[in-house]
Amino acid sequence: MSSLTSALSSAVRAVPALHLPRSQRMANRRVLFVSLIVALVALIAIVVAGRVVYDVATATDFSQKNLSPCLDHPFGTDWMGRDMFLRTIAGLSTSVLVGLLAASVSAVAALVLASIAALGGKRADEFVTWLVDLFMGIPHIVLLILISYACGKGFWGVVIAVAVTHWPSLTRVLRAEILQCRESQFVAHAHKLGASRVSIALRHMVPYVFPQFLVGLILLFPHAIMHEAAITFLGFGLSRDMPAIGVILSESMAYLSAGMWWLAVFPGLALIVTVMLFDVAGSSLRRLIDPHSSQE
Amino acid sequence: MTKRILRQIARLVLLLLAVSIVVFVLVSASPIDPVQANVGQAAYLNMSPEKRAALAEYWGTDIPVWERYLNWAGAFLQGDLGTSLRYNAPVAQVISTRATNTLMLMLVAWVVSGVLGFTLGVVAAMKRGSVIDKLVKGYCFVLAATPAFWIGLVFLIVFAVWLGWFPVGFSVPIGKSAADVTMADALHHLVLPALTLSVVGVANIAMHTREKAIDVMESDCIRFARARGLTSWQALRTHGLRNLLLPAITLQFASISEIFGGSVLVEQVFSYPGLGQAAVTAGLGSDVALLAAIAVFSAALVFAGNLIANILYGVVDPRIRRGEGSHV
Repeated sequence: MSSLTSALSSAVRAVPALHLPRSQRMANRRVLFVSLIVALVALIAIVVAGRVVYDVATATDFSQKNLSPCLDHPFGTDWMGRDMFLRTIAGLSTSVLVGLLAASVSAVAALVLASIAALGGKRADEFVTWLVDLFMGIPHIVLLILISYACGKGFWGVVIAVAVTHWPSLTRVLRAEILQCRESQFVAHAHKLGASRVSIALRHMVPYVFPQFLVGLILLFPHAIMHEAAITFLGFGLSRDMPAIGVILSESMAYLSAGMWWLAVFPGLALIVTVMLFDVAGSSLRRLIDPHSSQE
Repeated sequence: MTKRILRQIARLVLLLLAVSIVVFVLVSASPIDPVQANVGQAAYLNMSPEKRAALAEYWGTDIPVWERYLNWAGAFLQGDLGTSLRYNAPVAQVISTRATNTLMLMLVAWVVSGVLGFTLGVVAAMKRGSVIDKLVKGYCFVLAATPAFWIGLVFLIVFAVWLGWFPVGFSVPIGKSAADVTMADALHHLVLPALTLSVVGVANIAMHTREKAIDVMESDCIRFARARGLTSWQALRTHGLRNLLLPAITLQFASISEIFGGSVLVEQVFSYPGLGQAAVTAGLGSDVALLAAIAVFSAALVFAGNLIANILYGVVDPRIRRGEGSHV
């Protein structure tokens, strides 16, 4: 008997919230919506705060150097007495802005290429697929180094390199989406009913592909931000005195063996949190607007 | 089967050719003047115009890009990769000494992350909803958002600085002549970089395997096996593993590009003398010949991985071997 009740209760637990009493139910979509808003607000706050403290973040104070984390300086200070918390925030805001530009450029490029591939006939499809294979063949970091070198290094070298290298994976996804939509029953029916190509594109294709595009755009951010940090860490691009996570981390390497662990640990954690905020925003948005995964 | 493989190889050779063109155009497009960068600012200013012209001719800056590319590619095919300016040695020699280090690092990380990720994925799927599953999912979620070089820094702080178990950097002990370096020394220096790369690589394969395994465990053949009285682990072993292994192997071979990228960063953190570190030095120091050669080499490595994955597909999956599979 007891085994039966336990089996029953575990079965109830396995079934989604619908079987719970009303008071215990979590409104799934509302939770997702709130987490999306919270993530977006937090990201905007990082950017704004980073811009505001930008000048303070680079201010040096040699009476306060090499402090380990304390109340006044939650992330500690470096050997020039710069507050690591402010430097980190300022660096993150640069990262998010670079990520914004990179994700937008790459997402638009991916959309255009995927449309050409899926709608432009066999030759165009083969060419775009080949192009994706080509760019995925060079390891991403190496490609970033090459493009940054081609642009003469410096800030814009990094921005351009990160912006123009993130389209291949999204292109693949969108191409498959558009192909699937084109082959679907409802498009065939609309065609038989005499709908024009333009109206099929606007009324059937765009609503089908747009959610994927938007989610793909947001999920490009984490990659763009991490690559920006990585290429900066390697020493390309952003100059030494600019607050940037990559610069902070590469500087910290010289002080690790002296035991100044906070120089590396906290800025890295802050970067991870930022990246995860984008993941939360992206996956919440996916479940809100994409019918395929709304029941997960 | 043979025809399929030959067609694949032809395709990859074509891709590699395209990669070499892209690489060459990129390094040629750089506004950094090779003559100035290689001679040095001070020497360049003190030089007579005739000397500059002679050098420009020597470096070939006045001939068109495509002609330089043909010269470079022709020499490349004959094994002459040029001279590295930073390391003051033939590029082929720099690459061959460093490739051993990098390949060893990548191989260890590749195997460890593959085996560990696959195991974690299967266990998480079998214990779906349990604490283990949540731990694995959380680990993968956080790891996917973590830059490889930061993990390297944290490992360096914990294992090298605080605990002192492993050396802070390099691939051999400092101040030891090359002849005295033992295998144990080399392994000791390899542990931390390889661990870093493995830990980062686990996330992708574990999440993927978990999802596949959940699909497989809900399939009819597993349900039938369970109805016959097999435990779920037995059913998995006899009916599930082969289905799971195939996509996992493909994914792991496809991740060579990421592992190489990760090794560039990790080598930088641990001052590990491999190809990645050389690529960074070459990029920062305008060592065009070395940078281009490493880029082509890494692309060749990635394409080789893809080729092996495609061939293995045919070996493991009888449907594709017989040419039934449409998704090659």
